[in-house]
Amino acid sequence: MFDPAARAVEAALAGGAEYADARFVESREEQIQAQNGRVESVDRGESLGVGVRALIGSSWGFFATPDLSDSALDAAGRRAVDIARASAVAPGPAMPLADVPVVEAEYETPHEEPPFEVSLSEKVDLFTGITTTMAGVEGIRIATASFGAWDTHKWFVSSQGHRIHQHIVETGGGFDATAVGEAETQRRSYPQSFGQYETGGFEVIRRWDFPAHAERIAEEAAALLSADQCPEGEMTLILEGSQLALQIHESVGHAIELDRILGWEAAFAGTSHLELPKLGTHRYGSELMNITADATLPGALGTFGFDDEGTPSQRVPIVDEGRWVGVLSGRDSASIADLPPGGMVRADGYNRLPMVRMTNVGLLPGSSSLDEMVAETERGVLMSTNRSWSIDDKRLNFQFGCEIGWLIENGKLGKMVKNPTYTGITPRFWAQLDMLAGEDEWVHWGTPNCGKGQPMQVAHTGHSASPGRFAEVRVGVRG
Amino acid sequence: MNEAQVIADRLIEIVGDRAEAEATVSTGREALTRFANSFIHQNVGEDAVAIRLRVAVDGRVAALTGNLVDDEALQRLVDDALEAASLQPVDAEWAGLTPPTPVNSSDRSDPATAAASPEDRAEVVRQFIAAGPDYLAAGYCDTSDQQIGFANSLGQRAAGRNTRASIDGIHQTGESAGSGHQTSRSIGDLDGAATGGQATSLARQGMGAYDIKPGHYEVVLSPECVATIIVFLTFYGFNGKAVEDGRSFVDLGAEQFDPKVTLVDDPLSEDALWVPFDAEGTPRVGLDLIRNGITSGVTHDRRTAAKAGVESTGHAHEASAAWGPMAANLRIQAGGTEFEDMISTVERGLYVTTFNYCRVLDPKSMVVTGLSRNGTFMIEHGKITGAVTNLRFTQSFISGIGPGNVMTVGNDVRYADSEFGAGFVRAPSLQLASWNFTGGAEG
Repeated sequence: MFDPAARAVEAALAGGAEYADARFVESREEQIQAQNGRVESVDRGESLGVGVRALIGSSWGFFATPDLSDSALDAAGRRAVDIARASAVAPGPAMPLADVPVVEAEYETPHEEPPFEVSLSEKVDLFTGITTTMAGVEGIRIATASFGAWDTHKWFVSSQGHRIHQHIVETGGGFDATAVGEAETQRRSYPQSFGQYETGGFEVIRRWDFPAHAERIAEEAAALLSADQCPEGEMTLILEGSQLALQIHESVGHAIELDRILGWEAAFAGTSHLELPKLGTHRYGSELMNITADATLPGALGTFGFDDEGTPSQRVPIVDEGRWVGVLSGRDSASIADLPPGGMVRADGYNRLPMVRMTNVGLLPGSSSLDEMVAETERGVLMSTNRSWSIDDKRLNFQFGCEIGWLIENGKLGKMVKNPTYTGITPRFWAQLDMLAGEDEWVHWGTPNCGKGQPMQVAHTGHSASPGRFAEVRVGVRG
Repeated sequence: MNEAQVIADRLIEIVGDRAEAEATVSTGREALTRFANSFIHQNVGEDAVAIRLRVAVDGRVAALTGNLVDDEALQRLVDDALEAASLQPVDAEWAGLTPPTPVNSSDRSDPATAAASPEDRAEVVRQFIAAGPDYLAAGYCDTSDQQIGFANSLGQRAAGRNTRASIDGIHQTGESAGSGHQTSRSIGDLDGAATGGQATSLARQGMGAYDIKPGHYEVVLSPECVATIIVFLTFYGFNGKAVEDGRSFVDLGAEQFDPKVTLVDDPLSEDALWVPFDAEGTPRVGLDLIRNGITSGVTHDRRTAAKAGVESTGHAHEASAAWGPMAANLRIQAGGTEFEDMISTVERGLYVTTFNYCRVLDPKSMVVTGLSRNGTFMIEHGKITGAVTNLRFTQSFISGIGPGNVMTVGNDVRYADSEFGAGFVRAPSLQLASWNFTGGAEG
């Protein structure tokens, strides 16, 4: 199955490319949505095609086609070269590629139950059943549940001799209940607000035991309508794991993308507050802050064997005891910055140009526990499950909203509060991290909807986190 | 008959009398030239095919997508769809297929845009970059040529073609940035030099920015900011499914907005960009969403329309079962005020050029948080007197353009880039009495 990619690469080289690679990608996807006891939609999709990338001087040209005929593949290779050549109208510095091992390899996501082999009726029964349970709770107007699975084969060929086949399997889902009041809505979700997605099969869904949590989640959503507002002011903030995972994603993961640091995303995704000369010395946060980008973590959503440039997956230190030490990179960006290539370049399908994306950017666990954090807090708030997220184009000024909060007074969890928000500036906030839960509460949270790039690409990323405590954070911001 | 229509017809023929079926097929070429640090660094193109087939067998519904067009692949797609439907529970809310209905002719293509080469896009980019040789430019120029074909088993058929081109970018001085944007049906309309010039001018004015205290400020919002407000109101509010679910703020007939605001979905206008039928083959017609401040309409697909006891407004899309029907030809009616005249009446306020990273805190009250970006300017005594650093706002978008808060509406309606992308909203500048800024660059 390497032939279509190889043919496109040959055509690009014949057209004058200095380097070329191509991916033949065959993918299947299934999405199920249920609401209030009925199936809202069952969508299944299949696609296949070849995307070929040609490098000439300072510019990539990329062309994609679903047509696997010899003539179409030849044309795709030639068009990639033509596009790269046209870039000479506005040329830049040379785009060297960092050396990586040239390998012929196979990789498959470890999984037990292939998600497409589980019967549709079993899935539909599970997800409609959850929504029926939630809709039966007084005060709940909307109960939804969703399931998603991807099964992707990639055959990667490069002009340097790479021949890599990967079979990636990803599965997940989640559910939420919404209570509608006179002038507000309140929502609770499980396991997190976008659902929980991992690499693996249907065993991911079984492990999270959705039915056991449906009634509690719905009751919490209904109770939020009559809960007090989260107070305003500066106080101790404890974030449960999934919210801390999104905090990592937004205020660390995007900031350490080397293409952003180099200015390549300036107009759309933005740049970064990080500057390369400060790599190794910049203080990102407190000494409890140890972050890695680890594409080798079993089961996490950002796990694979090789990235979409053929670079082997690896574990890269990013923040070491609060000090910034690493970036997310690909072959071109790493070479320009004179850093080792990180193997962090991926594309959303055969028809998109690979770009720097997060793998599993996670916060290593500490030695405390959520119970100990609460017990050692005089006045604060515990917030759970993301509701809104917004951060500026340098990844500094952020404001997050959570679905639910609980006040903490004198070491004890108190009453539930609604509309909890918190705001801060990235390095100042991370410097306030003063307690971190341990390995028992460490979860590989998945983010299935990370947007970046033009044309827009959606990436699947992982963020391991356990609950953490932050001192003196501004909470309760409202409009 | 276009290529997409041929494929849609073939799918319906293969289904035969085994099910109710509808097919939407899109074929065409998409290309985008991306620049950063004042050079072209990414440059892409694709021959794109997207097929969506929805079938209903005795009320059991399933939808499948694919991108292969040979007959064997189409046969397999149909067989898989029928099998998937057979495994479904009956959908009690299945509203059936669109009956045969005339659809307006819809060739909205520009030949030069359909044939645009990488060199054509690169030339627009070159002009944009050249407008600020001392600055760092970043952005994109893209072109799109789409043929759409629709067919269903009741005999409804529709076909259309549309093209679109955009230039969007920023110039950066090292301490400030300014943006420019243009979208049109035709690449020939794009003026890279003028758009780049606008970006350099704003970047230059943005130098020396200082922090100000958060609080309520009178504002002049650019068309980009206004477009973002409108897409959020449309997605979360003027959406038949959100209304049905009780999540929407919409109160039909109520004066929820300032009388100076009229918002229409205008798919038949001369410069509309998309084909005038939806994913269910329903013809699109004009729809008032806000008329002189009064909430006047809601978008529907066949399912939400049936539940509401009305006709579909032609706003179905591929994901409307989950997200609800959406308008994509939005236009705020222009006012009569020149931009400079807006500024001249502000005693103390802010001119905001771009909103960034907006997120909804609550869909019912439409309280949204977000930031300013690429130029925020202090206005004092009727003049722009300097730049301020980026600000965070936390503001209800409903009350933002609510009764009494819209002071003037600009005469500068154009396609504006919103947070949902380009080509969906034509918007003017707006002058608003108050906007709630809740934080500055320092927190």
